[in-house]
Amino acid sequence: MLANNNKIAHRKKIMVVFFLCAGVLVGLFGRLVYLMVWRAEHYSELATDLHERERSIKAARGKIMDRNGAVLADNMTVCTISVIHNQIEDPEQVIQVLSKELGVTEEFVRQRVEKYSSMERIRSNVDKGTGDRIREYDLAGVKVDEDYKRYYPYGDLASKVLGFTGGDNQGIIGLEVIYEEYLTGKAGTILTVTDARGIEVDEAGERRIEPVAGNDLYISIDRNIQSYATQLAVQACAAKEADSVSIIVMDPNNGEIYAMVNVPEFDLNDPYALPEGTEENLSTEEQQNLLNGIWRNGCINDTYEPGSTFKIITAAAGLEERVVTPEDTFSCPGFIVVDDRKIRCHKTAGHGSETFVQATMNSCNPVFITVGMRLGVDNYYKYFEQFGLKQKTGIDLPGEAGTIMHNKDDMGNVELATVSFGQSFQITPIQLLTTAASIVNGGNRVTPHFGIQAVDENGEVVEDFSYPVQSGIVSDETSETMRGMLELVVSEGGGRNGQVAGFRVGGKTATSQTLPRNSGRYIASFLAFAPADDPQVIAIAIVNNPQGTYYGGQVAAPILRQLFENILPYLGIMSYNQ
Amino acid sequence: MAGQRSRRRRKKEQSEYFFDYSLLFIVLFLLGFGLVMVYSASSYEAFSDPNIRDAAYYLKRQLAADIVGLAAMIVVANIPYHFWERFATLGYVMSMILILLVLTPLGIERNGAKRWIGVEGFPFNLQPAEVAKLGMILFLAALVCKIGKRVRTMKGFLVMVIVPLPIVLLVWQLTNNLSSAIIIMGISLLMVFVASPDYKKFVIMGAAAVAMAAILVLIIVNADSVEGFRSERILAWLDPESYAQGKGFQTLQALYAIGSGGVWGKGLGQSMQKLNFLPEAQNDMIFSIICEELGLFGAIAIILMFVLLLWRMMIIANNASDLFGALLVVGVMGHIAIQAILNIAVVTSTIPNTGISLPFISYGGSSVMFLLIEIGLVLSVAKRIQLKA
Repeated sequence: MLANNNKIAHRKKIMVVFFLCAGVLVGLFGRLVYLMVWRAEHYSELATDLHERERSIKAARGKIMDRNGAVLADNMTVCTISVIHNQIEDPEQVIQVLSKELGVTEEFVRQRVEKYSSMERIRSNVDKGTGDRIREYDLAGVKVDEDYKRYYPYGDLASKVLGFTGGDNQGIIGLEVIYEEYLTGKAGTILTVTDARGIEVDEAGERRIEPVAGNDLYISIDRNIQSYATQLAVQACAAKEADSVSIIVMDPNNGEIYAMVNVPEFDLNDPYALPEGTEENLSTEEQQNLLNGIWRNGCINDTYEPGSTFKIITAAAGLEERVVTPEDTFSCPGFIVVDDRKIRCHKTAGHGSETFVQATMNSCNPVFITVGMRLGVDNYYKYFEQFGLKQKTGIDLPGEAGTIMHNKDDMGNVELATVSFGQSFQITPIQLLTTAASIVNGGNRVTPHFGIQAVDENGEVVEDFSYPVQSGIVSDETSETMRGMLELVVSEGGGRNGQVAGFRVGGKTATSQTLPRNSGRYIASFLAFAPADDPQVIAIAIVNNPQGTYYGGQVAAPILRQLFENILPYLGIMSYNQ
Repeated sequence: MAGQRSRRRRKKEQSEYFFDYSLLFIVLFLLGFGLVMVYSASSYEAFSDPNIRDAAYYLKRQLAADIVGLAAMIVVANIPYHFWERFATLGYVMSMILILLVLTPLGIERNGAKRWIGVEGFPFNLQPAEVAKLGMILFLAALVCKIGKRVRTMKGFLVMVIVPLPIVLLVWQLTNNLSSAIIIMGISLLMVFVASPDYKKFVIMGAAAVAMAAILVLIIVNADSVEGFRSERILAWLDPESYAQGKGFQTLQALYAIGSGGVWGKGLGQSMQKLNFLPEAQNDMIFSIICEELGLFGAIAIILMFVLLLWRMMIIANNASDLFGALLVVGVMGHIAIQAILNIAVVTSTIPNTGISLPFISYGGSSVMFLLIEIGLVLSVAKRIQLKA
C-alpha cells in the first residue's frame, strides 16, 4: 500500500494524462469538422473526378438549309467503336471480331486492345449496321457509341461552298468552317463510375451530360437555282472541253448569293476520293496538294484578269468624274499609241467613229484607254479604291484572295491604259461581280454572303446575320446611265447572245487571254443582270480555257441566257411584256 | 465523486469485487464496429484480388484474431495481475529476442519492411513490436515499484527514461518501424510522468520535442534537394496535392475519402475510395473510410468511444489497489490513446504519414490480440479494486 499523499499525486497525474489525451482528440475532432464541412466540396469534386471515366457524346451538328428550307447538309447516325483494356475478357475474340467487322488489320486492333489505357478508340464513323452487328456479339470491353456523321443529300451540289467536316465533325472547308461555332454544338459526356483499375462499378450507373445540338444555318443559296446553274456549267464545260466553269448568281441589292457553282465539283460525302486516272504511289503531301486543288473555290480563292467586263468600272469612273458622257464621240483606228506602245483594239480594222455608248457596245479598247487617260492615274486609282476593289469583299467563305494591283507609284500611262480595259491586274470573280452590282444597284457596295440566320433546335432564331453596306459608291445618275448602256450591250452590242426573250437584261462580255500571253489559253466570261432597269439578280459565268471559239459573247453569254430564262420567272421577276 | 460513491454502494450489494462492464462493453462495441468496417473497406478489394476472390477474407481473419484475443483477455482478466510481475524482466528480454528474430529466416517481409516473424503454414504471423509494447508496460510498471521512493531522484528518473531506449532503437532500426518506436517511447514517458511527482522536467521535454520537430520541418522545407524516405514524407504532408503521385498519394486519397463523406456520409458500404483507390483502406486508413461512409457523425461516435474508453481506464487506474496495477493501466491507456491519436492525426494529414493502426478497428491480428491481452490486464486490475471503503 502506498502512502496516501503519493497516491493523490499519482491520481492527479493520471487525470492530467486523460485530459491531455481527450484534449488532443477534441482538437482532431476540430480538424475533422474543418475537412468534412469546409473542405468537403473541394475534396468531393476531386474525388468524383478521380472516380469517373468520361466518354464524350458527339453533339448533333447543325443542319445547313437553303433559303427555302431544303436541307443541304444533314447528319447521319454512325458508331464509334472503342475498347476498354481493363474490361476485355477475351482479347483474341475481340481482335478477331473487330478486325473482321471493321475491315482493319488484326495488327491494328491488337495494338489498341493491348494498350493499357482507360479507353482506346478503334474506329469512328462506322455505319450503324456494322455498329449494331458488333453490339450483338456482346463482347466485354467493347463499346459501341452512337454519334453523328455529316451527310450531304445532294452529293456534289455547291460542294466548294458548303465544305465538309472531318472525323471529329469539325468543319474543314467552306461554310462548315466559317460557321463552325454555330454549327458545332456542345459535346455531352457519359460519366461512368469506375474503381481504381478502371472497372465499371455497376450499381453506380452512368451519369450523362446531354449534348447540345448545334444551331441550324439558313443560307441564301437556292437549291433549284444552284442545281440548274450546275447543270448549265457541266454542259458548257463538256461542250467546250473547258478546264472549269464558274457561275455566281447574286441579289445585287443585298449581296445574298443564290448560287455559286464551280465545275468540276466534288462529292461531299467522299471528299477524299482522288480523281480516276490519278497516278498511284503519290506521297501523302502530293495527295493533299491534289485534294486542295480539287476543293478550291475558284470564285473566291483564285484571281484572274477580268478583261472587258472591267470596262464597266472604267465607264462608271469616267461618267462619275464627268470626263466622258454617253454622247461623246470617239474615233477608233484599230489601235492607240500610249507613250511608246501601240495597243491594238480587238477589231484590228478599227470601229471608226462611235459614241461612248457605241464604244461600250463594241467593247472598244482604244476608247476605254482614252477614258482612262482622261481620268489620269490619281483619279483612276481613287475610283479603284472607292469602288472597294482594293479590299476583300468580306464574303463568308474562308480564303478569299486579295486583289493584285499595281502600286500607285509604279503606275505609268501604259499600266493605266491596260488596267482601263481589264488587263495587267487580277481580281477574284466575286470581287468583279460585287463591284458591278454596286455600280448598277444605285451605288451601294453590298457584302456578298451566304449566311442568313442561325436557328436553334426549337426553331428559335439565335442570330440574324447582318452585313455592312457602303452607300454612295457612284451616284444614282451614273448608276442609271450604266444600266442603260449595259442593256444596250445585250440588246444590240457584243452581249446579244445573252438576250432573254421578254426580259430586259444588261451585261458585258469579256475574253481575256491568260498569262503567258502566247499560250493560246483564254477565259471567256459574261456578266449580266436583270431586269436592266431595276436589277434583281446579277450573275457571272466564267469559262476557263474553252476549246474552239473562246469569245465571251459566244461561250459564256448563252449560259447566262439559259439560266435567266429559267430563274427569272422562278424568282417571280415579271417580264416587261406583261 | 458523489456519483461514484453511490455507484460503489450499489455494486457492493452484488459482489465484493468490481468488474468493469462499461469498459468491456466499449471494447466489444469497438471490436464489432471494427469488423463491420473491415468488411466494408476490404470486401471489394478482396473479391477483386485474383489471389483471394473472397469478399469476407479479411473479415474472417480479423474475426478469428478477435476470438483468440477475447479468449486471451478472459484468461488474463481472471489471473491476479501480480502473477505477471515476476515475468517483467523476462518480457523485456523476450521482446528483444523476438525483434532480433526478424533478422533470421523466420522474419517475414511485407511492403519492403521486415516487421513480422512467423512459421510457414501457420496462419498468424507475429509482430514483435506488439509484444514489445506489452513487455515495456509490464517491465516499467515493475521497475517503478522496485525503485520505490527513489523515483523522486534524478538517478531514478534517468533510469526510467533510459531503460526503454534499447527496445525503442531496435524497433526503429531493425524493423524499420518508426511509428512503433514512437509509440513505445510515448507509453514509457507517460508511465514515467505518472510515476514521478515532477512536472517541470516533462514540460521542458515536451517543449524541446515540439521545438525539435519544428526545426526539422523547417530544415527539410528549406533544403535544396530532398533526400530520403522520411523528408519527402514531410513535404508531402505539407502539400499533398503537389506530391499526388508519390508520397502524398495515400494522404490525398484519405483526404478525398474524408472530404467526400461530408456531414452525413455516403452511407455504410457506399465508399468509393475503398475501390482500390485508397491503399490500406482496411488497415491504417480505415478511419477515412469510416468518415466517408458514416460522415462527421460516425467519426464523432468513434472518437467519443475512445474518450469513454480512456475515461474508464482513468477511473480504474485512480482506484487501483496498488501502484503496480495503476501503472499497468496507465501504460495500456497510454498505448491506446497514443495510437488512436496518431492514427486519426495521420489520416487527417495533421501529422506526416506513418503507418499506425487504429486500436480495435483496423485490420491486423497481432495488434488486436495484444490490445485485448492488455484490456485483460486492465480488467484484472479493476477486479482487485476493493469496494469496501
